[in-house]
Amino acid sequence: MSTVSETLAKEPPVVEQSDSGKPAKSGRPSNRLRLAKLRDLALIPPIIVVLIIGYSINPDVFLTKSYLVDNVLKYQAVLALLVLAEALVLIVGKMDLSLESTVGFAPAIAVFFVVGSTDFLGTPWPAWTVLPVTLFFGALVGLFNAFMIVKFKLSAFMVTLAMLILLRGLQLAIVGGATMSNLAKKIPVIDDLGSTRIIGMPVSIWIVILSFGVGIVVLGYTRAGRSIYAVGGNAAAARAAGIRVERVIFITLAIASVLAAFAGLMLAGQLGAVSATMGDGMIFKVFAAAVIGGIMLDGGKGSLFGALTGVLLLGLLESVLVLAQVDPLQIQAVYGLVILVALIIARVTSGKAQD
Amino acid sequence: MDTQQPLVQATGIVKRFGPTVALADGNLTVHAGETHALVGRNGAGKSTLVGVITGLLKPDAGEVRFSGEQGPALGDRAAWRERVACVYQYPSVVKELTVAENLFLDRQPRGRFGLISPSRQRKQAAELLDAWSVPVSPDLPAAELTVEQRQLVEIASALSLGARFVILDEPTAQLEGRAITRLFDKLRTLQDAGVTFLFISHHLSEIYEICQRVTVFRDARHIVTDTVANMDRDKLVAAMIGEARGLVQVGADRPAVPDTAEPVLELAGVTVPGHVTEVDLTVRRGEIVGVAGSAASGKRQLAEALAGLRGRTGAVSVAGRKVRPGTVRAALDGGIGYLPGDRNIDGFVGGLSVAENATMTIAKKLGPAGMVLPGKRDAAARTMIADLDIHTSGPDQPVGELSGGNAQKVVMARTLASDPEVIVLVQPTAGVDVRSKESLLGAVDEKTREQRGALLISDELDDLRVCDRVVVMVGGRIVAEHTRGWDENMLVAEIEGISEHSV
Repeated sequence: MSTVSETLAKEPPVVEQSDSGKPAKSGRPSNRLRLAKLRDLALIPPIIVVLIIGYSINPDVFLTKSYLVDNVLKYQAVLALLVLAEALVLIVGKMDLSLESTVGFAPAIAVFFVVGSTDFLGTPWPAWTVLPVTLFFGALVGLFNAFMIVKFKLSAFMVTLAMLILLRGLQLAIVGGATMSNLAKKIPVIDDLGSTRIIGMPVSIWIVILSFGVGIVVLGYTRAGRSIYAVGGNAAAARAAGIRVERVIFITLAIASVLAAFAGLMLAGQLGAVSATMGDGMIFKVFAAAVIGGIMLDGGKGSLFGALTGVLLLGLLESVLVLAQVDPLQIQAVYGLVILVALIIARVTSGKAQD
Repeated sequence: MDTQQPLVQATGIVKRFGPTVALADGNLTVHAGETHALVGRNGAGKSTLVGVITGLLKPDAGEVRFSGEQGPALGDRAAWRERVACVYQYPSVVKELTVAENLFLDRQPRGRFGLISPSRQRKQAAELLDAWSVPVSPDLPAAELTVEQRQLVEIASALSLGARFVILDEPTAQLEGRAITRLFDKLRTLQDAGVTFLFISHHLSEIYEICQRVTVFRDARHIVTDTVANMDRDKLVAAMIGEARGLVQVGADRPAVPDTAEPVLELAGVTVPGHVTEVDLTVRRGEIVGVAGSAASGKRQLAEALAGLRGRTGAVSVAGRKVRPGTVRAALDGGIGYLPGDRNIDGFVGGLSVAENATMTIAKKLGPAGMVLPGKRDAAARTMIADLDIHTSGPDQPVGELSGGNAQKVVMARTLASDPEVIVLVQPTAGVDVRSKESLLGAVDEKTREQRGALLISDELDDLRVCDRVVVMVGGRIVAEHTRGWDENMLVAEIEGISEHSV
């Protein structure tokens, strides 16, 4: 006690205590940096644990390349792209529930123009239009959401919830309750996304790796990326520092929607079809993966690498549940429980409050 | 010790947060009926001490006694609230509820069937407000209260719980001159009625005005307690900063700006609808021009318009070039650096690092093709940290973890980063301690010695003393202008609009 006060009396602490009564953390810069990087890796131990559990359940299958790549990762590719999209939106301080509808709506309308049996808008359009039309409608949805949120100052939650319902309805109307199937033969891009393999891995996995790679570089090391964090962290301060806040939000929401539209096309490729319920219910998993991965719901915090580990953890858990032969009737309840446990683990290992 | 036990006595309080010692030796003795000042720099341990004597923090060692009795158990909030109350700088009322509902939160008077009786609640609230002569309607939504009214309501609420010891945490920080006078009158009345206050403030003059005794904390420990009569200003400051030398009067040695100096900022007929009318003003190179005025004078809105945050008409030129109105980018590119008036609102992004915040205005200079290279950014930040003496563990520390004075220095760094021709500063020293104040104003002084000019918007006399020239705004117009060496009373009278030559 006396030694502490003596040192303090002689030499004021370098780091001042903040006025709120909460002490500022001290430590050398290099330590802090390492610590920040470590937080990104918080989900690695749980992922390893799940891998071990999966291996112990079925050692012959689980850790084989064909199982991990074709049964686990391939089916998480769509989810991963959506999580990337939602992570961007959450970091900029908004949220987008309608992403899951964009997943179905954008490819559905593009495919409809090509294979639709009506002569609406002079259909059939050539098959190559599917990709650009899908992305175009994705962007359109994002820009519309941004317009309502930024210009009309409506709540992002309510706007995108309404859009979720609206787009789902449109998709039902377009697809007509049935399924547009056997698309692989008619539309090359869907076939490519579904069946091409590069160096032994489905192209969708490569796309996810590439997207996250680009995303991590952009968010970490470009002005545009850092503005997303600044706007999400404190829009007023970002504006006073000369960042064009509205534009950042517009562009981020549009990019997220385009990513969702593209994810929808990947999903169509995996199914070889566009169904009326494509994407239905995915948004809950998207949020779960993002939050488990350390993305904060109040904006400005979290990393894409963290979000990616969140997807991986959820995907592995899901496949372990299947391997463990959990009753299909119970799997949803178990899955919900697992998400809760994963949230708690993420909270404990990362030490960050999730609000 | 005299026969009467002190109302509050904290002895040997120690509090650690992890490795940081927030309070090494906290002692405080407050006698019934006095107004006691608690002063110290940011980080001296004042907030921690307040946390301990309000029962919100558990000390690692030491004890708190009220009138000689041991303080209640930590969990017994009701018992604590009967003994001590704290009015914080930031509101602790529920904005969506009325004043009456706030006063009786969780102890609402019941009516028939045990349900809450709104009429009885309103009546009791009115009686309570009346008893302490707080001129506020009980039906007013708390969101519509002024800072002054909100503080009085919080004090009345505390008194109604039985507490006769009230801690005021920087109560004057957001008040303007006349409101401060009214608050002090009220405090004196309450003091006569037997209420004891612990008064925390960075404004030393207020301590001499209202307090009888003062306790100084420094570096997490109690330094001295004495009557204000025995502690003159120099002694007080010396106790706070722990050095024999007092504070330098920043700017006292500024060279006179020659009449031939080139104008660097020219305002011609600048109007901000609803706030500012037809302001003409020139700042020359090497000159700091202060803009004083009350909250309603439009001085802040003028600054925001110059920074591009508000629309305006009229012409603004920097070094002879016109600046486009209405966008922050245009103002930045035109050479105007801006320091916002409330750092917690639009000064910094708390979750981002010192380096990111400080370089936010110059991101395009940190790498090619829209890239931001962390090495370059941190190097730039290190220079600024050294330049402005920012106390931080490094460029990577989130600004949200810094003390008020250091966070403000980061905002200052951001303002200066773009190497602006003109700096526009709004209340640059609000809520920072004396030493930080000195280094912030010192930075403004140093950066404007030669080429740059500065417009310093403030109602702090200490800030305005640095200025080469001070203009006074009333009702959106400039009504007076003074060169260095103005008379304090005259300036205050003009700011309040009560001097004879005001419009």
